[in-house]
Amino acid sequence: MKGEVVLATAAIYVLALGFLGYSFFKDKEKTKKAIKIAGKSMVRLLPGMLMVVGLVGLILGLISPETIGHYLGAESGPSGTFLAAIFGALTLIPSMLSFPLAASLLEAGASITTVAAFITTLVMVGFVTAPMEIRELGKEFTILRNGLAFIFAIIIALIMGVIL
Amino acid sequence: MKKGNLMIMLLLVLAYLFLLLFQRETGMQALTAAGGYLKEMILVIPGITLLMGLFEVWIPKESTQKYLGEGSGLKGFFLAFLFGTAPTGPLYIAFPIARQLLAKGARVANVVVFLGAWAALKIPQILMEAKFLGMSFTLTRFSLTLLAVLAIGYLMERILKYRKVTF
Repeated sequence: MKGEVVLATAAIYVLALGFLGYSFFKDKEKTKKAIKIAGKSMVRLLPGMLMVVGLVGLILGLISPETIGHYLGAESGPSGTFLAAIFGALTLIPSMLSFPLAASLLEAGASITTVAAFITTLVMVGFVTAPMEIRELGKEFTILRNGLAFIFAIIIALIMGVIL
Repeated sequence: MKKGNLMIMLLLVLAYLFLLLFQRETGMQALTAAGGYLKEMILVIPGITLLMGLFEVWIPKESTQKYLGEGSGLKGFFLAFLFGTAPTGPLYIAFPIARQLLAKGARVANVVVFLGAWAALKIPQILMEAKFLGMSFTLTRFSLTLLAVLAIGYLMERILKYRKVTF
């Protein structure tokens, strides 16, 4: 597994277990309640998680980093930028892979605007995580957040193309 | 499980079966990717839900309201931003946390800032980005994204309030 993920996971468990120990020491009843709530949330999160995992796998299988590089490499017109934004929104690539990919796109002749559009929608817009976002925060929240993030990502990309 | 979700799951299973039968290589690629993410999720979720459970019983609604709710002002925004930039894993685990914050009385704008920072402004991610795409690219994107996240937060708060969506 990637070092980044291991580190984040370790941090979460150090925090959670430390907090749990403290909680148990302070109030056993409350701690029991907290564990019960944790169990319930886990059950609630499971279906959404499975859906996200299924979608992520499919999309990564169908749209590999090589495919993205192939389509965006030399392309630098407005349609390339738009395509980059769509690719970014659709895929969920860990940053360990996405930044080297973005760097290789630049080398292959893609414009700053295109690369910025790709990176920004990649991190801000989540098509594959939408089922989980909808379950947790509702349809309106999800559509608004992702829609606005997509629009702003394109604005950010255009500004970056002008000033860099 | 809701009917719609069941349908999606069924479609997903069918898609995988189809790929594995007719496009073996793509299917295997998809399955491997899904397996990797599943492992990551299974590893992270118990820790996160435990933290959520502890948060639920120990942090009173009043303090969330005070520090992240209406009237928390610039401090609330700053706290939400800090909370989001901490190195804490993939975006999908931020959704249940966001839901809990909303339920505990945090304002929508701050929750969106929290999600935005988590997604796009995380410190370890920024370091990676600077290494591969250079400092000026990274800093420009960081500043513009920060402004965008703020704008999205306020816009969403306005729109959701207008449409009377409650959490």
